[in-house]
Amino acid sequence: MLHTILFYLFAAVLFIAALGVIFSRNPVHAVMFLVLAFFQSAVLWLLAEAEFLAIVLVLVYVGAVMVLFLFVVMMLDINVERVQGGLTRYAPLGLVVAVVMVFELVQIIWLRGQANTETLGFAATPEGYSNTKALGAILYTEHVYAFEIAAVILLLAIIAAITLTMRRRPGLKQQNISNQVAVSAKDRVRVVKMDAESNS
Amino acid sequence: MIGLQHYLTISAVLFAMSVAGIFINRRNLILLLMCIELMLLAVNFNFIAFSRHLGDETGQVFVFFILTVAAAEAAIGLAILVVLFRNQRSINVQELDSMKG
Repeated sequence: MLHTILFYLFAAVLFIAALGVIFSRNPVHAVMFLVLAFFQSAVLWLLAEAEFLAIVLVLVYVGAVMVLFLFVVMMLDINVERVQGGLTRYAPLGLVVAVVMVFELVQIIWLRGQANTETLGFAATPEGYSNTKALGAILYTEHVYAFEIAAVILLLAIIAAITLTMRRRPGLKQQNISNQVAVSAKDRVRVVKMDAESNS
Repeated sequence: MIGLQHYLTISAVLFAMSVAGIFINRRNLILLLMCIELMLLAVNFNFIAFSRHLGDETGQVFVFFILTVAAAEAAIGLAILVVLFRNQRSINVQELDSMKG
């Protein structure tokens, strides 16, 4: 019973936060609502007994990605009024599309199994089951190649982000690495042969 | 009893909301990126619900990889956004017509 109440409570807050993301005029408020939405989702995943992913969602998304969003939103000096000049003329169309999508999906999810109206439950977990342990056991064995590809994708993201945002400023003093590496000892040290001078 | 259908319904409503958000916020590029993040969250709800329903952890491994790719996508997208703002002094989607597409 408490489980059900908590589920509906967090789902309601999640929907409110999602509406806040969509309709807030200030991008900083939108980021904050998105953080709230991620927190609510993490709690809902905890209720579904997917503990590891709930923690990862908070750590990775709220801790890294949303902070990145917040940095960018605050660093870019956006003219909010000019960017958010009222709703676009496509807004009613978007609402219609959303309502139709919700109607169709809910139709499929709920009414298709009307012959047996009971909800499909979750699989029972055995005694002493650890979600993190089970995930690690298959992540590093069956899916180890996908795991390595994920690592390469993250490396790619690092390189892409750095190369995109790096720029040459005029007048900036910096090293020329290739010249430094190409230098040999001959260019730097000159050995001069000369007779010893007599000090008379 | 909370089960599979409840989670699928949350996912469906969240996905529809983010689609509506993309239609509504067609001017601001940052809000479009945030709506895409919400969409990926809705997809992750589906994966977790079915993974728990079937008692198979592979779905949760998929969520792990989706989180990874989404983080990379957010980083590159924001980098492109910063470069765009530096060049154009604007992130209004309506003003990004230099390619005449």
